[in-house]
Amino acid sequence: MSVLVLAEVDGKTLKPSTYQAITAATYWGLAIDVLVYGKDLDAALAEASTISGVRQVLHAQADHLQHPLVEDVSDLVMTIASDYNVILTAHSVFGKSLLPGIAARLDTASITDVIAIEAPSHYVRPSYAGNILAHIDNHEDVQIVSVRSTAFRAAERNGNAQIVEISVPPSRAVSRWISEQLSHSERPELNSARVVIAGGRSLGEQFDSLLNPLAEKLDAAIGATRACVDAGFAANELQVGQTGTIIAPELYIAVGISGAMQHIAGIKDSKVIVAINHDPDAPIFKYADYGLVADLFSALPELNAALQ
Amino acid sequence: MKVLVAVKHAIDYNVKPDIHTETGQVDLAQVKKAINPFDEISLEEAVRLKERGHVGEIVAVAIGSAEAKDSLRHAYALGADRALLVETDQPLQPLAVAKLLKVIVEREQPQLIFLGKQAVGEDYGQTGQMLAALLGMGVGTFSSALQIAEGHIVVTREIDKGTETIALQLPAVITSDLRLNEPRFIKLPNLMMAKKKAIETLAANDLGVDLRPRFTVTRAVEPAPRPGAVQFATVNELVKQLRQTEVLV
Ligand SMILES: Cc1cc2nc3c(=O)[nH]c(=O)nc-3n(C[C@H](O)[C@H](O)[C@H](O)COP(=O)(O)OP(=O)(O)OC[C@H]3O[C@@H](n4cnc5c(N)ncnc54)[C@H](O)[C@@H]3O)c2cc1C
Repeated sequence: MSVLVLAEVDGKTLKPSTYQAITAATYWGLAIDVLVYGKDLDAALAEASTISGVRQVLHAQADHLQHPLVEDVSDLVMTIASDYNVILTAHSVFGKSLLPGIAARLDTASITDVIAIEAPSHYVRPSYAGNILAHIDNHEDVQIVSVRSTAFRAAERNGNAQIVEISVPPSRAVSRWISEQLSHSERPELNSARVVIAGGRSLGEQFDSLLNPLAEKLDAAIGATRACVDAGFAANELQVGQTGTIIAPELYIAVGISGAMQHIAGIKDSKVIVAINHDPDAPIFKYADYGLVADLFSALPELNAALQ
Repeated sequence: MKVLVAVKHAIDYNVKPDIHTETGQVDLAQVKKAINPFDEISLEEAVRLKERGHVGEIVAVAIGSAEAKDSLRHAYALGADRALLVETDQPLQPLAVAKLLKVIVEREQPQLIFLGKQAVGEDYGQTGQMLAALLGMGVGTFSSALQIAEGHIVVTREIDKGTETIALQLPAVITSDLRLNEPRFIKLPNLMMAKKKAIETLAANDLGVDLRPRFTVTRAVEPAPRPGAVQFATVNELVKQLRQTEVLV
């Protein structure tokens, strides 16, 4: 009886969401094994072995896992899946891409984007753009679950797990990695920043020049609405919402954002929401804790000055 | 080549659903429905591939009750060549949908299978990945750009910090993201024409697939509402408040 957590390696280290998934995994009170796959894994393995609550770190190393592809990792997981009662991962882009296929191959359901585990097979997950929280009773023998990182705290690091090497099946080569195009930003990451300041399409060409100085002062990540991304004022990976990044910072500042339900779905769990909008009836004010009815083009420079 | 596009008749993305007081479940009976926006993007992409000469036939497949024909007509109006309804009145979970689609894929033998990255509504986001796994095919999730090459397809995918480009052997499953394209505006004559086109209908129960639900949504609740914003008249008052509550350090 044990839980398998699928880790994710980012460069040399584990992604923060892996720590959050491990916290979720402790819910069952069963032994936890963490699968670390890739190439050149020494640092990530050492790290994983110190995470509290982990029994074993399964080390799966292969050249073809250097840039992991869904099909290859799925084949790998299938070689050990029958040893586990629970298979769990973070609801990251890779987690979401991988987990349902593993569930299908095991002829079982997968419960995605879980924000609370209420009992060993009872979960809460948001649906309808976060307007509904669905309580789910999963009847399957094997629980296949992905968890929303922002809903779980990160596991501590005072463990001492054993590292065990496992064999990796060859690649089926139905897919092949070609390249990645990463955006380099000096700013903290959206999904883990303490403060996020986000702009809507009304910022226009001044998106960067208005938000950057404030983000700098607040050590904040920058976010954007889809309308803003579509209009070409902000990069796609800044999109916050139902179909963008889901965030839960201590402080979220929405500037010139209407508050469409798809956007709200991604910011609901923020501790404090501040909205600046010149329309007193903008829906965002229904969700905000603090509001300022003002023109953003004058309010942002004032805010910048006030933070000196 | 032939392309299959899965089409879900989903809750209209602008509608905020209500919870039925007696059942404690989301009340979908009277809710406005429309084609899932991600499926519309898939169709648009299939049509563009056809316009570029890569695709011969576009088959749209919906799974659901007879009302899903509305979304199939929408698919016709956008440019689908054939439409197929796998009919059932039973609500289906992702694994059952994937299994039904597998039967249709085996029958139609498409080279490319499009699904949306998620259906608005339950927001499960699983069916494409499940279908690919059941078929043993490669999957390109969160696709924002596609290029057809000899025997394979090059897919640019949205990842956490940018994009990634992969090649998938054909046949393959693609799930569409918002940035893949912007669906064209449907002209009225196309809609009128779509009304006259035939929709082939199969009964889901006849396809030999295990449709039983694997989990139960025991209840649906609305998240606690927020009290609404405390309004400030000036930036300085706002900053003062944020400093007082220690959110600004
Ligand atoms: C399938 C689907 C998924 C989607 N997913 C997402 C998602 O993940 N995230 C997301 O954000 N959106 C998403 N959307 C889009 C969403 O529905 C809205 O269109 C979008 O959030 C609106 O962005 P906006 O607030 O920037 O623009 P608008 O709706 O145009 O609002 C602009 C706001 O700025 C205010 N404003 C204008 N000028 C000023 C000024 N000078 N000073 C102060 N205020 C000003 C206006 O009063 C208004 O409230 C999705 C849509 C679909 C169909």
